[in-house]
Amino acid sequence: MGKSLYEKVFERHTVALLPSGQVQLFMGLHLIHEVTSPQAFSMLDELGLKVAFPARTFATVDHIVPTTSQLRPLQDSLAEQMMVHLEGNVGRHGIRFFSPDKGEQGIVHVVGPEQGLTQPGMTICCGDSHTSTHGAFGAIAFGIGTSQVRDVLATQTLAMNRLKVRRIEVNGKLRPGVYAKDVALYVINRLGVNGGVGYAYEYAGEVFDNFSMDERMTVCNMSIEGGARCGYVNPDQTTYQYLKGRPFAPSGDAWAKAVADWDSMKSDSDAAFDDVVRYDAADIEPMVTWGIHPGQSLAVGDKIPAAVDAIADERESMTEAYRYMSFEPGQPINGTRIDVAFIGSCTNGRLSDFAEVARLIQGKNLKVASHVRALVVPGSQSMREEMIALGLDKIFATAGFEFREAGCSMCLAMNPDKLQGRQVCASSSNRNFKGRQGSPTGRTLLMSPAMVAAAAIKGEVTDARRLFGIA
Amino acid sequence: MQDSRRETLFGPGVPLRGNDIDTDRIIPARFLRTVTFDGLGDHAFEDDRLQLKEQGKVHPFDDPRFADGTILFVNKNFGCGSSREHAPQAIKRWGKCITAIVGESFAEIFFGNCVSLGVPCVTVDAVSADAIQSAIEADPNVAVKLDLRGKAVHVGVNRYPVEMGEGPRQQLVEGRWDTTGELLANMPKIRETANRLKYVSGYK
Repeated sequence: MGKSLYEKVFERHTVALLPSGQVQLFMGLHLIHEVTSPQAFSMLDELGLKVAFPARTFATVDHIVPTTSQLRPLQDSLAEQMMVHLEGNVGRHGIRFFSPDKGEQGIVHVVGPEQGLTQPGMTICCGDSHTSTHGAFGAIAFGIGTSQVRDVLATQTLAMNRLKVRRIEVNGKLRPGVYAKDVALYVINRLGVNGGVGYAYEYAGEVFDNFSMDERMTVCNMSIEGGARCGYVNPDQTTYQYLKGRPFAPSGDAWAKAVADWDSMKSDSDAAFDDVVRYDAADIEPMVTWGIHPGQSLAVGDKIPAAVDAIADERESMTEAYRYMSFEPGQPINGTRIDVAFIGSCTNGRLSDFAEVARLIQGKNLKVASHVRALVVPGSQSMREEMIALGLDKIFATAGFEFREAGCSMCLAMNPDKLQGRQVCASSSNRNFKGRQGSPTGRTLLMSPAMVAAAAIKGEVTDARRLFGIA
Repeated sequence: MQDSRRETLFGPGVPLRGNDIDTDRIIPARFLRTVTFDGLGDHAFEDDRLQLKEQGKVHPFDDPRFADGTILFVNKNFGCGSSREHAPQAIKRWGKCITAIVGESFAEIFFGNCVSLGVPCVTVDAVSADAIQSAIEADPNVAVKLDLRGKAVHVGVNRYPVEMGEGPRQQLVEGRWDTTGELLANMPKIRETANRLKYVSGYK
């Protein structure tokens, strides 16, 4: 009986079996950022411990950085304090810091892959639930809490339970104007926001075989929104081509050895899975969330579902969602007026996301609607430079989008980019929970970058395929 | 350590109804701008509490009837969303300090974070969850006792069986939930594993 990638990676990183029955698992890569590390370092200090493997630990700053001026000291004194703590901690422990002043800063789940740190067959952890993003490379990557960050700093290991594995196949070909984000939302809609609890998700099938690394990252990123702590795609030539030549990728004689090692991590063709589900790409439409969790979504042409038609467990949440979002069951999502548009985040803040939107809007004299505030937030400083070199910044600025500095921005309310009052935001991020984007009454509609751009221009939710003539 | 054993935990209880209560609601992100966990208890459910107040309602965490509560009773998929440990820290530090959570189901990372903090999360079925919440709403002072060793929660004269993964349950009962020491003790094996992994040694 063959093994899945999850089993292979889990087994080769097993240090010991613990009395609790959990496994002590070695972490190949530990990424840290300013929000979940300060207390962990303090706990380390209290215990009188040092970082065990500083060479396998890398830091950046993303959640609290302003996307306007990043001049120090930051205006927000709490944010400044967090920066100072991170700088102090990485300095004392000899940890490589991808910092703004070196032009290497960015969203942690963008920086890891672009630096070539994220590689197939690794275990990867970070105090951030969207660490699942790195699974796109055939790694087992998951989010951890601050006490676990402490444990990884002290020992480079964690106590983990073995997960079951669900293989999710999406076969066929996605229709034009249907993107990786739509696949992610579709899967969560079908399996539920807690459908993946206790599972690792293996994404497979023709659609994933044909996806770029950026597209694989978008779907793996949102595994946690479906309850799955980690999700991955088996590595292949697409993966290896992406990695070749990156700063921390193996090179010279090591390259061929690495590729052979990575290839050996792939799920065996006779691997057994705890569950297998199959979807047809042709069934997937551009998706929009309408509610207060990522599972409350619908195709852009559909009407908001009625609670009475849903299973009992979902009805109360749907009723609350109608109230909070000011939607009625049976109302079309198309035509919903928006106030803010946000293209960015660890979900959809990669070069190909921005390049695709630029391709759609270029040369058509399209402008952001006068009542809409639209932000384009690069995922990293180096990506930002590349976007400028490609002239994407000018395309966005001409169309009325604000071209910002790199960071988590409006995905979550930890920096100055926030919604005000009951504003509605068309967002390429990953969560639409109540108050997520900074206003306790703010409303988030999740969708693909193309759909965000279309909504920004029309001033309301609209089918991007029609607006941009995508056929 | 004697005081780290979690064998029997006493109420009163706090009933918090609703499925899919996420970490952004448990502790809004603006309170994550901090380098300690101090003071987080005051901000647990801050926006939910404000919203209910504006609707003329009272959140259980604002309800004086439940102010002494130390065991939280919830429904499905509690703690979904972020891995932020600030969420269980806020709950643990609220009021008289929550020491255990009983619910229908928990999000995985949230559950693990609670174990790391010595806060057991145990499950009951939907019917029991509802019955218990109703009992506490009817009588906030009803005696509540979570017997983690015996795998049951007692509410008044009623006894409800509870479930929890055997591993974490034993860790909590035996006081072995603060894992750093246990992991550190295996440092020789850790180094062995590191040396064995080709990518750590650079594919020599």
